[in-house]
Amino acid sequence: MLKRREEEQPWLRPAGADDLGLRRALAAPLLGAMVGAMAFLAALSVAGFLASAEVAAHWQQGAGASLTVQVPHPGAMAGLHTRREAVLAALQATPGLASVRALSEAELADLLRPWLGPDAERLSLPLPAVVAVRLAAPGGVDLAALNAKLQSVAPGTLVEREDIWAMRLAKLARSLELTAGAVLVVVALVAAAVVAVATRAGLSARREAIETVHGLGATDGYIAARFSARITRLAAAGGLLGALLAMPVLMGLSWLAMPFLRGSMEAASATPEEPHWTALLPPELWLLLVVLPVVTAGIGWLTAQATVRQWLRRLP
Amino acid sequence: MIRCERVSLRYSLKDGPDVLRELSFEVPEGGFRWLLGPSGAGKTSLLRLLYLAARPTSGRLSVLGTDIGSASRSKLALLRRRIGVVFQDFRLLPHLSAFDNVALPLRISGRPEGQIRADVNEMLRWVGLYALRHVTPPALSGGEQQRVAIARAVINRPDILLADEPTGNLDEAQAQRLLQLLHELNRLGTTVIVATHNIGLVQDYPAPTLRLQAGRLVEERVTEDA
Repeated sequence: MLKRREEEQPWLRPAGADDLGLRRALAAPLLGAMVGAMAFLAALSVAGFLASAEVAAHWQQGAGASLTVQVPHPGAMAGLHTRREAVLAALQATPGLASVRALSEAELADLLRPWLGPDAERLSLPLPAVVAVRLAAPGGVDLAALNAKLQSVAPGTLVEREDIWAMRLAKLARSLELTAGAVLVVVALVAAAVVAVATRAGLSARREAIETVHGLGATDGYIAARFSARITRLAAAGGLLGALLAMPVLMGLSWLAMPFLRGSMEAASATPEEPHWTALLPPELWLLLVVLPVVTAGIGWLTAQATVRQWLRRLP
Repeated sequence: MIRCERVSLRYSLKDGPDVLRELSFEVPEGGFRWLLGPSGAGKTSLLRLLYLAARPTSGRLSVLGTDIGSASRSKLALLRRRIGVVFQDFRLLPHLSAFDNVALPLRISGRPEGQIRADVNEMLRWVGLYALRHVTPPALSGGEQQRVAIARAVINRPDILLADEPTGNLDEAQAQRLLQLLHELNRLGTTVIVATHNIGLVQDYPAPTLRLQAGRLVEERVTEDA
């Protein structure tokens, strides 16, 4: 029955079909490719935003949880022990510290070598003992009280907080995030501009048809809906294309960055393992790739609606 | 139905001339008017005002009880659905079939597709184009395109039908047939205004006339029953 009806009236089309001939007027490959390129760039900028925030959080957590203690004249006696031993004992007795480790002479020489050259170990300089302290949690120790305690056992001992580096890293990370956000806004605006230009080209190409349907009683909403339906489909397809292109790139970058995000230089220097492909991207980036076509479709719909309605204001 | 009170129209608001100057006339519901005058007299401009493609620059124009000068754009859109227009150049959409061209006003009005098919097929039979319903306008003759345009103009059963030189592309027989059709619609209650140069048609179908000259209404001849 249905087949017979189609044979009788094969030219009939559903309501809301391409009344304005927009399939020809709006060049699908060009607009889809342009929106796809914008979606690709948007995916990279969002990934950059997330990655900079993630890396900065790791670094800040590490720096904010560290102290360096310098003990001048480490071999001098402080009571029954050397000053170095007295400070180590005081630190080990302090709650809230995860680890206390005195750097060896070789490690100290490594630190000095960039400034003093390869003979650093042979120079008889009065070097302080250096103790690396890791806190159990950032800010988990009363530094003023610790400083007073160490001064009492070995006067002149210096406690250096490393959170100044954390603050600098935080500023760097914030700058990277703002840059990525700005890039994202620019990409979205360029995508909207591309859609607006394509819509205007379509309006010019179909001016007579638009004036005809306007004269037949079409509202602005009717005409805008024809354009936005077509543009939304093309923009969604472009967004999907951009997401598909971005996926392998993001996976590659994520695979390279994964050791650094584990939080230790040892992990970073280790050979990357072969994780399951779905684990290569964090859930936020998977969500981004899924949402990207929806966002580009939304930009397309909004831009087409605004452009067409503004253009129609010239008609009474 | 249609009331013009000192209506003027100027396309360029800065320094353009008035293409219509202080026109005043009335066309009652169910009336028929010939709109006469030489080329450039303002016939098409007056029709543009009446099918709401322009608003008067000054004066007061009322169509179907609505003041056109102050009506909102959405109100004008709804009003246009009650006005059918037959253009000299047809203004059919070339990428749509004859069926879809005729169906367009119904689709714009939001009529369900199921109802559209029956009405459009009936209308195409009425204008003798049912067999060509799947053909696009470029493949139709001038007379066939004219009939598609007429079918599109009347498919919504408009309150007002306007025709701008509707016989300009038709031979004598087709022109006579078209005038019979317009008179039939008028007899059924539609207000009809036809702009034409064809004095022979006016003589064959006597009716009240509006004669324009250089944008002014120089003669209004109205019979008692108009």
